[in-house]
Amino acid sequence: MSTMVTSPAPVEAQWPLPYKGQAGMLSLIVAESSIFSIFVVAYIFYIGKNLSGPTPREVLELPIFATVCLLSSSFTIHLAVGALRKVNLGAFRLWWFITLVLGSIFLIATAREWHHLIYDKGLTIATNLFGTTYYSLVGLHALHVTVGLIGLLTVLLLALFGKVRTEHTKNVDTFAMYWHFVDAVWVVVFTVVYIIGR
Amino acid sequence: MSSESIALAGVREPSRPLGLLIHSWITTVDHKRLGILYILYSLLFLVIGGIEATIMRIQLIVPHNHFVSPQFFNQMFTMHGTTMIFFVAMPILFGFGNYLIPLMIGARDMAFPRLNAFSFWMTAFGGLLLYFSFVGGNGLYGAGAAPDVGWFAYAPLTAKTFSLGHSTDFWTLSIFVSGFGSIGVGANFVATILCMRCPRMTLGRMPLLVWLYLITAVIVLIAVSPLTAAQAMLCLDRFVGSHFFDTQAGGSAVLWMHFFWIFGHPEVYILVIPAFGFMSEIVPVFSRKPIFGYPVMVAATVAIAFISMSVWAHHMFTVGMNSYGNTFFVLTTMIIAVPTGIKIFNWLGTIWGGKIIFKTPMLFCLAFLFQFLCAGLTGIMLGAAPFNWQLANSYFVVAHFHYVIVGGILFATFAAFYYWFPKMTGRMYNETLGKIHFWLFVLGFHLTFDFMHIPGLLGMPRRIYTYEPGRGWDTWNMIVTLGAIVQGIAILVFVANLLYSAFEGKLAGNDPWDAWTLEWSTSSPPPEYNFPVIPEVRSRRPLWDVKHPEDPDWLYE
Amino acid sequence: MACRTLETVGITSSLRARLKRGLLFLFSGLTLRCSAVFAQAASPVPNIFKPESTPADDIQRLSVFVLIITALIFIVVFSLLVYAITKYGRRRGDDGSEPPQVYGSNQVELAWTVVPVLIVLVLFLATARVIQSVQEAIPPASAVQVTAVGHQYWWEFRYPALGIVTANELHVPVSDRGRPTPTYIKLLSADTDHSFWVPQLAGKTDLIPNRINSMWIDPHATGMYVGQCAQYCGTQHAKMLLRIYVDTPEQFADWVAAEKQPAQASDDVAAGRHIFESTACVNCHAVTGTMADGRFGPDLTHLMSRATIAAGAATNTRENLKLWMRSPDAIKPGSLMPAMNLDDHDLELLTAYLESLK
Repeated sequence: MSTMVTSPAPVEAQWPLPYKGQAGMLSLIVAESSIFSIFVVAYIFYIGKNLSGPTPREVLELPIFATVCLLSSSFTIHLAVGALRKVNLGAFRLWWFITLVLGSIFLIATAREWHHLIYDKGLTIATNLFGTTYYSLVGLHALHVTVGLIGLLTVLLLALFGKVRTEHTKNVDTFAMYWHFVDAVWVVVFTVVYIIGR
Repeated sequence: MSSESIALAGVREPSRPLGLLIHSWITTVDHKRLGILYILYSLLFLVIGGIEATIMRIQLIVPHNHFVSPQFFNQMFTMHGTTMIFFVAMPILFGFGNYLIPLMIGARDMAFPRLNAFSFWMTAFGGLLLYFSFVGGNGLYGAGAAPDVGWFAYAPLTAKTFSLGHSTDFWTLSIFVSGFGSIGVGANFVATILCMRCPRMTLGRMPLLVWLYLITAVIVLIAVSPLTAAQAMLCLDRFVGSHFFDTQAGGSAVLWMHFFWIFGHPEVYILVIPAFGFMSEIVPVFSRKPIFGYPVMVAATVAIAFISMSVWAHHMFTVGMNSYGNTFFVLTTMIIAVPTGIKIFNWLGTIWGGKIIFKTPMLFCLAFLFQFLCAGLTGIMLGAAPFNWQLANSYFVVAHFHYVIVGGILFATFAAFYYWFPKMTGRMYNETLGKIHFWLFVLGFHLTFDFMHIPGLLGMPRRIYTYEPGRGWDTWNMIVTLGAIVQGIAILVFVANLLYSAFEGKLAGNDPWDAWTLEWSTSSPPPEYNFPVIPEVRSRRPLWDVKHPEDPDWLYE
Repeated sequence: MACRTLETVGITSSLRARLKRGLLFLFSGLTLRCSAVFAQAASPVPNIFKPESTPADDIQRLSVFVLIITALIFIVVFSLLVYAITKYGRRRGDDGSEPPQVYGSNQVELAWTVVPVLIVLVLFLATARVIQSVQEAIPPASAVQVTAVGHQYWWEFRYPALGIVTANELHVPVSDRGRPTPTYIKLLSADTDHSFWVPQLAGKTDLIPNRINSMWIDPHATGMYVGQCAQYCGTQHAKMLLRIYVDTPEQFADWVAAEKQPAQASDDVAAGRHIFESTACVNCHAVTGTMADGRFGPDLTHLMSRATIAAGAATNTRENLKLWMRSPDAIKPGSLMPAMNLDDHDLELLTAYLESLK
C-alpha cells in the first residue's frame, strides 16, 4: 500500500521526547522500590513477634557515622554531575572519587556492624524473626550499594582514562539517579530498623 | 526492494547455511525476531502444558482411577499452572508486544535492544530450568524432582520439612530468573513507548494496543517484584534457615499468601490487558469502524491498573481475615468489575453499526466477548465473600479462571496470531483450517469449562488426584475430559495451519486486512529497519487518513 | 439475513437444522441434570445449594441473589451481542463502502458506567450484611465447643469441655431453631495449611499453623454430611475426607457418654494389646486407659465407633484394617502411616485388639 507522508528533518528536531535512559532507570527504580517495600513490610509485620533470641533494643546501635557518609555521597555525586555539565573534568573526577569513598565507608561500616552482631551478640539470620528480617532488609540494601559501588568504580576508571566527557552528562546523571535511589532507600531502612523497630 | 526475511528457516534464502541462520537468531537483538522467538517458545510450552492437563483429565475421568500416581498428579497440576502462566501466557504476550510496539509507533526498534535479548533468554532459561526438574535431583518418592507444591506454592508446604529434596527450589529459582526477564521487558516497553514514538504521535494518537502495553508494563514493574521478594525469602528459609514463613518459629503462613497474591492478582491483569489490546485493534478493523470511546478505554484501563493493586486478598477470603478485611476486599473487587465491564460495552459499541467481516481473527474476538462476559460474571460471584467461602478452592474457581485465561486471553491471542501472521511471515494462513480450529476449539472449550463449574457447586475441591464416587461428580468429570481431548485436536489443527502456511501460504502483501495502523504501511515481513523513512502521523489511524484523504480522522479527534 | 451471516462462517441451513435438534436434546438433558444440582439428592452429595445449617443458608440466599443479578446481566448483554452480530454482518454484494465512523458517545458511556456502579453497590451491601451475620455471630452458652486440628492427612477433633478426643468423624447435636445448640469449631493445624469444608453446613475456613481460626455450624436436620479438605496439603490431600454426623440430642448424649469411657481391657485380646503396646504403634497413637499416648496419629480409643478409617479412604472393616496396617500405600499412597512389617499371626492378633476398641 502507499507509504507514509514523510517528514523533513526539522520536524523531528521539534519532537522532543524524554531521554530513554532516564525512563529505563526510573522503571528500574519503581521495580526495586517494590521489592524493598515487601522486605520493609515483612520487617514491620514481625516487629515484637520473636519467640526467643536477642531483640533489636538489646543489640542495635545507631549507625550515625555510616548514615552521614552515605547521605553525603548523594550530595557529592550531585556536585560531580554538575561539574561534568560545566566541563570541569577535574572537579568531576574528584567529587566522583569522594562519592566512591563515602559509599565504601558505609559498606565497611555495615560489615563491621554485622561482624559485631554475629560474633559478639550471637545474632544470625537463622536466630529468630528479628535476625531474619534485619539481615535480609539491610543485606538487600547493602547488595544495592555494592552494585552502585561497582558502577561508580567503572565510571571512575573510564574517567581516569579520559573517556568521560561533558556530552556524557546525561548518561552519568542517569547512573546518579540510581545512587540517589539507594540513599533514599537507606533513609527508609534506617527509620524502620533503627528508630521504629527498636 | 527485497526485504530481509525473518520468516522460518531457509524459506527465502536457501543459500544461507543453517548454522549461520541459527546463529543469527540466537544473537539477534531485533525486536521482531525476539518477538517471534518468544511466541514460538510459548507455543512449545503451550503444547507441553496441554499434555500435562490431558494427563490430569484422564486421571480424573472416573473416580478412583489409577492412570497416574498421586505424587505424579500433584506434580502435573503444579507444572501445568506454572508453565501456562510463566512460560506460555507471559512470554506470548511479551512476544506480541515486542513485535508490534515499535512498528505501531513508527520506531526502528525497542529502546534497549540488548536488554530485550537478555530478557528473552532469561525467560527461556527459566523454563528450561523448571523442566530440568523432571530429570535432575531426587525427589523423596522417586518420581523425579518436579515441583508438586501447586503453582502458588503456599507456605509452609514449601518449607524444607514438608518439601524434601529440591523440587520446590526448581519452582522458585526458575520463576525468580524469568522474573528478571519480565522486569527487563517492563522497563523496555515503558522507555520505548514514552521515548521513541514517531513525530507528532502524541500519547493520545498511539494505537490503543500501545497504550495498553504501556499500562501492562507499569503493572509488571510494580507487581512482579513482590513475587521476586517472596521467592528470595523462601530461598533464604530453605537454604540458610531464616524464618520468614517458618510457623514453628513464629513466622506466618498467611504472609506468604499476602505477598504472593499482591503479585498474583495484578499478574492476571498483566495477562488480560494485552488481550484487551488485541481486541481493540482487531475488532475495529473487522467492523470497519474505529474503536468506540478511545479515551474512556484508556481511562478504564488505567483505573483497572490502580484498583488491581487493592483486590489481592479476594484470593484469601477463607483464610480467616476479620469481617472488616473481608468486606474491604469485596468492595474493591466489585469496583474493579465496573471498568472491566465497560470495555465489553465499548467493543459492542464498535461492532454496532459496522460491517462485520467474519474471518478467523474476528471469530475469535467475538467468542472472546461472550466468554469474557461469563468469566467476569463468575468473577463477581467469587467476589461476594460468603459465596466465595463455598466456591473457593473448588472446581468452580478452576472453571472461572480457565474461562478468563483460555476463553478470554487465549482466544484473543489466537485472534492476534491469525491477524498478524501475514505481517510476520508475509503469507496468509489457510482460512478454512482457521475456521475448523475455531469451531473445534469452541466446542472443546465449552464442553470442558462450562461443565466444570458444576462439580465445584457440588463440593468438589481442586488439586485432588481422585475423588469419591456417588458425590454427583462422576458424569461431569467425564464430559470435562472429553472436551479437553477436543481442544487438543483443535490445537493440532492450529499448529499444522501455522507451519504449513508459513511456507506455502499465499503471499499477503503489506496490508491484507485494509487496516489503519502503521505496521500495515511497511512490507510483510517488515525489513530489519522497519520503515524506509520514519513516518509522521496526524491521527490515531494514519493509514485511514491516507486512504480517505477527503475524510481524515484528524478532523474529528 | 442471519442465514447469510452464518453461511460465511461455514454453517449451512441444513447443518443449522441438525444443530437445532441436537441442541434441544442436549438442553433438555442438561436442564434435568442441572436441576439435580438444585433439587433433592438421595446420596450424600455435598451440594452447596442444599444447605442444612444457618451459615450455609445465609450463603445460599446471598448466592441465589447474586446469581439472579448476574443472570440478568448475562441475558441483556448476550442478547445485545447476538443482535449486533446478526444485524451488522457485512452482506454479500456489499459495495465496499465504509460504515459511518462513530468515535464514541458521552451519554451512552455515562449510562453504561452509572448502571454497573449501582449494581455493584447493591451487591456489595447485600454481601457485607452476610459477612457480618456469619463472622460476627456470638456463640450462645449452649454451644458445643470443638477444636479441630488439621494433620497430614487426617482430622483431630477434641471436645475440651467434654474431655473427648476423636478423629475424622465429627458428631454434633442437631440445633433446634427455638433453643439453638450450634457447634463452634476452633481450627488449628499441626503441620501445613488445610481447609475445613462441609458444603451443606457452612462455607470453608482454613486451618493454618501458628494461627487460630474459628467457624460455626448450626445444623437443622439430622443425618450424615460429607466434606473434605479443601486446601492442598500434600500428597494425600485428596483423601483427607470429612464426615459430620448430626445427631438428635439423645443420640449425641449417648455418643458422648461412650466416647468418655476409656478403652475396655479384655483378656481375649491381651496378646494383640501387647503387640500394640510393644511395637511402634504407641509412638503415634493414643488409647485412653492404656499407656499408649502418641499424638502424631489419630486417637484409637473408640476406633470401631467410626465408619471409615484413614480419614475416609476406606471403610472400617477387618480386611481394610489389616490392609492398612500391612500396606498403607495400597489404600493411601504417601500417607504418613508406616507399614508395620508384622507377620500374619501378629497382624491377626493386633486386628482383633483393634476391633475390641469400640
